Amino acid sequence: MNFPILSSLILLPTIGALFILFTKSSSGKYQSSKYVALFISLANFLLSLYLWYVFDKNSVDFQFVENREWLSGFINYKVGIDGISILFIILTTFITPICIISVNSTITYRLKDFLIAILIMETFMIGVFCSLDLVVFYLFFEAGLIPMFLIIGIWGGERRVYSAFKFFLYTLLGSVLMLVAIISIYWITGTTDVEKLYELGIKAEYQNLLWLAFFSSFAVKTPMWPVHTWLPDAHVEAPTVGSVLLAAILLKMAGYGFIRFSLGLFPIASEYFTMLVYVLSLIAIIYTSLVALMQEDMKKLIAYSSVAHMGFVTLGIFTMTQQGIEGSIFQMISHGLVSAALFLSVGVVYERHHTRLINKYGGLVSIMPRYAIVFMVFTLGSLGLPGTTGFIGEFLILMGAFEKNILVAMIASLGVILGAAYMLWLFKRVVFGEVNNQELQSMKDLKTFEIITLTALVIPILFFGFYPEPLMNSIELSVENTLNMYNFDLINNLASKD
Amino acid sequence: MENFQYILPEIFISVSIMLFLLVGVFKKNSASLIYNLSNISLIILLALIINLSSLDKIYLFNESYLIDNLSNYMKIILVGSGIFVMLTGSKYIQVINLNKIEYPILILSSILGMMIMISSNDLIVFYMGLELQSLALYVLASFNRDNLLSTESGLKYFVLSALSSGLLLYGCSLTYGFSESTNFDQILINSTDFNYGTTFGIVFILVGLAFKISAVPFHMWAPDVYQGSPTSVTLFFAILPKIAALSVFIKFLYTPFANMNDQWQTIIVFISIASMIFGAVAAIGQKNLKRLIAYSSISHMGYALAGLATVSNQGIQSSITYISIYLVMNLAFFSCLFMLKRNEKYYENIEDLSGLSKKHPILSFSLLIVLFSLAGIPPLAGFFAKFYVFLAVIEQSMYFLAIVGLLATVVAAFYYLRIIKIIYFDPEKEEYETSHNLGLKITLAISTIFILAYFIYPSGITEIVSKITMI
Repeated sequence: MNFPILSSLILLPTIGALFILFTKSSSGKYQSSKYVALFISLANFLLSLYLWYVFDKNSVDFQFVENREWLSGFINYKVGIDGISILFIILTTFITPICIISVNSTITYRLKDFLIAILIMETFMIGVFCSLDLVVFYLFFEAGLIPMFLIIGIWGGERRVYSAFKFFLYTLLGSVLMLVAIISIYWITGTTDVEKLYELGIKAEYQNLLWLAFFSSFAVKTPMWPVHTWLPDAHVEAPTVGSVLLAAILLKMAGYGFIRFSLGLFPIASEYFTMLVYVLSLIAIIYTSLVALMQEDMKKLIAYSSVAHMGFVTLGIFTMTQQGIEGSIFQMISHGLVSAALFLSVGVVYERHHTRLINKYGGLVSIMPRYAIVFMVFTLGSLGLPGTTGFIGEFLILMGAFEKNILVAMIASLGVILGAAYMLWLFKRVVFGEVNNQELQSMKDLKTFEIITLTALVIPILFFGFYPEPLMNSIELSVENTLNMYNFDLINNLASKD
Repeated sequence: MENFQYILPEIFISVSIMLFLLVGVFKKNSASLIYNLSNISLIILLALIINLSSLDKIYLFNESYLIDNLSNYMKIILVGSGIFVMLTGSKYIQVINLNKIEYPILILSSILGMMIMISSNDLIVFYMGLELQSLALYVLASFNRDNLLSTESGLKYFVLSALSSGLLLYGCSLTYGFSESTNFDQILINSTDFNYGTTFGIVFILVGLAFKISAVPFHMWAPDVYQGSPTSVTLFFAILPKIAALSVFIKFLYTPFANMNDQWQTIIVFISIASMIFGAVAAIGQKNLKRLIAYSSISHMGYALAGLATVSNQGIQSSITYISIYLVMNLAFFSCLFMLKRNEKYYENIEDLSGLSKKHPILSFSLLIVLFSLAGIPPLAGFFAKFYVFLAVIEQSMYFLAIVGLLATVVAAFYYLRIIKIIYFDPEKEEYETSHNLGLKITLAISTIFILAYFIYPSGITEIVSKITMI
């Protein structure tokens, strides 16, 4: 394994961005830039698929590890993947080309800058999922703020400035405490290398504060109630592609962080704070579902549904059971696909009718039948109908939750019903019913590139809904390993107390 | 006499100053010539200092002058940034009719003063250097004498700075009185016992130095002086005196007063926290970019001082790294300011940046990088500067300082974001001129690439700085 495949995955989009930076625009349409971006992102996707192919699913170790001296000898640039991170990397490389294809209709000005921002963003997102050093992780985690801030601010809607600022400052505020925690870990243990930290363990007396510091960052990013308020604003104002990236990948960084760092590094604290996470997750599930029910703006509704779905994810992670964590990972992948698809679907009608208000639509089934079909698949995926990925995730999470705490599981199950309620109601109001608004008559059905992007999303949602085995295979051992370490640390801690 | 080879840089620059004065007096219209000659002499000066930089520790003139790793490094970045300051400002002073022979000569004299400050190992030598640089700075601040703001800023700086020099001198005399020596090392040896006299001496000296570095609560002069001075002088103010004052800070705290760290540590922590918070909050409402950067530099000095408050080599090194990265960011920022020129007029209000990104993509991108870096967002150089400081601060378990500092960065991020918002999100205004002189372009390119690519090889500066040990 001499070829640095992970570093190439990380760097390739940046190289593409540089390339685009220096391409000349002919007649200001930037056709060539778009092809370059598409080519680069597809190449990256294929590379990540190859990575999945050669990835050894029967090993619990981190694979493709690259370890280079970086920060004056004491912090190394270390990347590597296990069964969990590979899925997120593939999700990232899969969503990015879809974003680039959808750029076609949604971005009307400064296209070149936009493509560069997306590709740079991809670099940072992949970096987050494969970094095996806390400082490197922090670097990628935070750096993603810059392109996202610009994407929301430059290409966003009316209140874009407010939303961009809110997004940036909320996330930054959460993250600075994590930086303190990372530096503290360095001085407590002498390393920020995740693998070494797994072996060394962190003393129990430090864990609670460190856990809280990490939590403050991940909770904002997830986002968990009550620090979720930046998300609806950011989603509503961001351009379609920005929302897709935000929902599909950025939110997953936090869930990934919970599994990799909160559980892995601070098992005792995680156990201690389980109830806190349960309560916050349940509030997120129930409260934001109710809020979603009352939304008049489609994007806002989906944004709130994201908060609810991420509530399931955090709940599943902190059940500390095999099913719960596997379910959470599955739910994150599923949500990545479904929410991306839903935002794209909203983008489709928004671009034609220039409003996101639900009551301006109705009866689209007779005007845009193809659109109605794909939108239905995504709606069902979002509410977790068996046969879609959403079902498997939620089912496993609830199974894990029942094992640990029946009350929590029962309240969470209510969220599933509410989820069905707001999604179906949305679908009914937009797609079914009479065509009241005559302007809608002129709306055209899906264009070719929209069919391509939306079908590209339908396929994995249905395929993995019926046949989740490949994904499960990949994460099973890694989750088991995480849990084993977790339980081992807990038992050790108890033993040392007695 | 063989000692003189070690102060060759100082001798060289003194001789150049006198020579240029003579040339200026006897040759008519020689302003541009002297400007260029000064630049060349600075480059030679840099070479001379680098030539000496292999020396480890050399005492000169009855141990009143010290050349060591700290002084060498500080002099190198001092003179290096001096060269870039001259390069970027050359066009500016021509446009606003300040191209007089005195301008480069004053800059050289103040650099000489700073070099003496940096190398001094004796209270009297230190004070001589300090006054030499201050006197030159007073004149520079009011150099645009027909401009009301400029004369005001010069006068203000003079009055306040003289006051602070007085306090500093009083502190020096107290220290001398109680430790019976003016030599730094001797003071260290003689001040093993605690006494109030020396404590007062430390406080007065720190007040004087905090004034020079514009740390809260001795910062009041900074915004007015930054705004009133000609921009090229503001750039000079923002970088060079800070380098000199910071190295004197390090010297004072860790040579004569090293035994008294329980006395001064709280003061430094307080000054540091106050500067970080005040600089961040006060900058929010500013409309003038130069004024804003004054507040921003106040808060940056807070971070640099946070490293010094740790009483550890790691902390000192982190401060030095901080100031090195800070000076590059300032160079880049001011280079951008010098590019906001239209019809022989320079613009310096935040509103003038409105929609800059549409017509000037490269300039706005540089500003974007610089501002995010000033805000300390990874992966830019500014993040690493803060990272090193907090690494040192947390090593000493000073969590309060670390958390307050990091929260202040969030507040500070707000006003940097505001500028970015105006550049990128707001409607565009008239176009600015696009032809700039080569020095300006080179400075902007080098500094932006430095900031952007710092993460690729971040150990470069750290390795050089790690030679500097004071404890």
